[in-house]
Amino acid sequence: MSTTPATSSTSRTDQGQIGSLAGVHSDSDRELPAHPAQPVMEAKDLNVFYGDFHAVHDVNLAYGRNEITAMIGPSGCGKSTVLRCLNRMNDLVAGARVEGQVMYHEQDIYAKNVDPIAVRTHIGMVFQKPNPFPKSIYDNIAYGPRVTGMKVDNMDDLVEEALRGAALWDEVKDKLKQSAYGLSGGQQQRLCIARTIATKPDLILMDEPCSALDPIATARVEDLMLQLRNDYTIIVVTHNMQQAARVSDRTAFFTARPDETTGNRTGLLVEYDLTSNIFSNPSDKRTEDYISGRFG
Amino acid sequence: MSSNSSSGAGSSFGTGLPPAVDLRAKSRPGERVIRIVLVASALISVAITFGIILALIEPVIAFFREVPFGDFFAFEGDFAVLPLVTATLMVTVIALLVAVPLGLGAALYLSEYASRRSRKILKPTVELLAGVPSVVYGFFALTFVTPTLLQDILNVGVGFTNALAAGLVLGVMIIPTIASLAEDAFSAVPHALRQGSFAMGANRMQTSVRVVLPAALSGVAAAVVLGMSRAVGETMIVALAAGALKNFSLDPREGMQTMTGFMAQTAGGESPVGSLDYNNLFAVGMLLFLITLVLNMVSISFVRRFRQVY
Repeated sequence: MSTTPATSSTSRTDQGQIGSLAGVHSDSDRELPAHPAQPVMEAKDLNVFYGDFHAVHDVNLAYGRNEITAMIGPSGCGKSTVLRCLNRMNDLVAGARVEGQVMYHEQDIYAKNVDPIAVRTHIGMVFQKPNPFPKSIYDNIAYGPRVTGMKVDNMDDLVEEALRGAALWDEVKDKLKQSAYGLSGGQQQRLCIARTIATKPDLILMDEPCSALDPIATARVEDLMLQLRNDYTIIVVTHNMQQAARVSDRTAFFTARPDETTGNRTGLLVEYDLTSNIFSNPSDKRTEDYISGRFG
Repeated sequence: MSSNSSSGAGSSFGTGLPPAVDLRAKSRPGERVIRIVLVASALISVAITFGIILALIEPVIAFFREVPFGDFFAFEGDFAVLPLVTATLMVTVIALLVAVPLGLGAALYLSEYASRRSRKILKPTVELLAGVPSVVYGFFALTFVTPTLLQDILNVGVGFTNALAAGLVLGVMIIPTIASLAEDAFSAVPHALRQGSFAMGANRMQTSVRVVLPAALSGVAAAVVLGMSRAVGETMIVALAAGALKNFSLDPREGMQTMTGFMAQTAGGESPVGSLDYNNLFAVGMLLFLITLVLNMVSISFVRRFRQVY
């Protein structure tokens, strides 16, 4: 009981921070239509089950080309689950079942004749914890093109291009043959981004890409995301509302609704809008409560 | 409880320590006893190793007082050890040719391909092979592999005892060692690496061979060397199936005596304690000991060198 005053004072500060951050949103000058004009990917009535557990309920989301879409929400709201559906990574989870459609280039990637491996060559993914392979920096980048059988004229050029694309080239150009594990956490994460863009994907999915990084490394990755937006479409899951406000064009807010009988929490999409609207003028009470720090 | 702890942790911070807290050192006799027991168990295995070396040294010195080094490290002669060494190497290489591909294949299947249910059934089954007594394997080699498999089915012109059958069966015997240890090494590779590989568009085989296997390399090397040590030191199979005649030959179809086979034969014979034959046994034993020691040291340095800190 004695801690209550402290909590409420924290939430007041949070609210102030969020408000000011939304105000200084770095891309407020970017003019975007209210809805993605030509979505590069679209989830339709997406439902995900893990065994009997209904993890995500009826998500409909369209991701715009060359935009950064952030998916935010409290723990267990299904945002990472939705992200993993977009390149069929949920196939690797035992007992996972996906219903509905994920449209990509007018094809449902969950259609029967679709090869999940082919899907993943077009839709790259960066994970929460940097996960470079136990190989040299060079071989980490070359891995994707090699395994997918990409036609490469000069692998050295491709490696350089990918590392430059991830703003890592200058830091590693003299130690390409050294183990990737010698890099710092932030460098490793940018290496993972470089590794992903080496296969020249359409979309890059990022699952809390900065949650294991310090603020400086986080800032560099965020800068990188804004640069990559020119060539790629990025969908990012983040716990960090300030990050969503800083980098994303659109924000999807998810929450978890407990089932009345079982108590299992099923994730659902509450609101999806331009990031500036979500943070300054949310239309749903639950979104407002979340971004102002009243829950989650 | 909540009011108690909050006053203890919250308000007492500013005002100083409450008087009831006792931070004086206590004696913990149980802790000391445990410590002594644990140190003793660690030391005993070291002491036994040194005891074995000491026991070997005296007869070895006596042996080399009468037999010059040149007669021992020779290909021919009563005391020549090199035919035994080549036979041991031959049998071991054949065993590894069988056990490394099958063992690593089984391990990759168990850790990367098998469903949780089949792994639960298959892994203990593979490990069951390790529990078969080696004398059973020996008779299996002698009464099935040589006459039926090699001579009748595959039509290989092998002798009644031969290095090929002994090596093949020895290989089967060490499959569980290699498979089980390698499977542990593969399973210890973080799942994040596999996910990273799949997310790049790699298939399961590429992920297994290009990411999981290199990441687990040190563990795999340890598994292979341990299997090799077991093959070098195994006695019963080679004593039964490889033959009891010293034979310097590179033809695996011939019978040949290995170091362990020689030792089993000499120890079982009528060499009186202190005789030259008896001391010869210890000289061969010492050499075998040194070979496995070197193998283990190589494996340890290999494991250290390639150990991945994920």
